[in-house]
Amino acid sequence: MSDPLAPPLAPPLADSFGVRVQAEPFDAAAEAEAMTRGRVDVGAVVTFAGLCRADVAADGTALAALTLEHYPGMAEEEMGRLIEEARQRWPLLGARIVHRHGRLVPGDPIVLVVTASPHRGAAFAAAEFLMDWLKTSAPFWKKEDRAGSGDWVEAKSTDDAAAERWK
Amino acid sequence: MKILYFAWLRERVGLAEEDIPVPPEVATVSDLAHWLATRDAAHAHAFSNPAVVRAALDRRHVKGDALLAGAREVAFFPPMTGG
Repeated sequence: MSDPLAPPLAPPLADSFGVRVQAEPFDAAAEAEAMTRGRVDVGAVVTFAGLCRADVAADGTALAALTLEHYPGMAEEEMGRLIEEARQRWPLLGARIVHRHGRLVPGDPIVLVVTASPHRGAAFAAAEFLMDWLKTSAPFWKKEDRAGSGDWVEAKSTDDAAAERWK
Repeated sequence: MKILYFAWLRERVGLAEEDIPVPPEVATVSDLAHWLATRDAAHAHAFSNPAVVRAALDRRHVKGDALLAGAREVAFFPPMTGG
C-alpha cells in the first residue's frame, strides 16, 4: 500500500533536460530547485556557473564588458546534442544548460550547467563534460571591450585539450 | 544558397548573411570558402587565413571536405569562445 504522504512520483525525464539561450540573467538556485522539485530519486545536483571576470591586459587596459554573439538555432541544437551525449555516458536524471548572449560586464553570470543524478560522481563528471565541450563546440563568440576598443577573444588550446580528454 | 557569417568573419564580410547562387563546380565547404574569397576584397579579407575558419552545414559542425549538395544553410565562423 502506498504512503499517502509520500512525495509525488518523478515528473517525465524530458522536462528535466534542456537548453536555453537568453539575454536575461539566470537564477542558478531556482534552476537547480526546479530540477529536483517533487521527486525523490535525485541524490546529487551539481550547479556550475561561469561568470564574466574582471581582467587587465598586459598593456594595462581593463575589461569593460564582453559582448557574446551566437548562432541562433545551432547554439541550442549543439548544446542539446551535448546533453544527449552526456546521457549516453552517465545515468543522469536531469541536465540543463543556460547560456546568455549580449553585453555582459565583470561579475555578470554567463553560463549555467545543472546536472542531477542518483550519485555525485556522475553529476560532477557530466557537468564538467558539458562545460568542456560547450566551450569548444557551442557556437558562441566573445568580443572584449577594453577602453573603447574591441577585439574578438581567441580560442584557447587549453580548452581544446580539456574537451579532447573525454574522447 | 544561404550563407551566414559570425564574429570577425561577419565584420570583415560586412554581412551577417547572404543568399547567392553557387556555381555547380563548387562542391565542398572548402571550395565555397575559396570561391567566396574571389568575390570581392571584403570576402577575400574574411577568408585570408582558411586555417582559422570553421564551418557548419545545416547547423552541424563539418570539415572542409563536407559536400554542399542538399544543404540549405552554410555558416562560417572563427573557433568558438563561449562558456
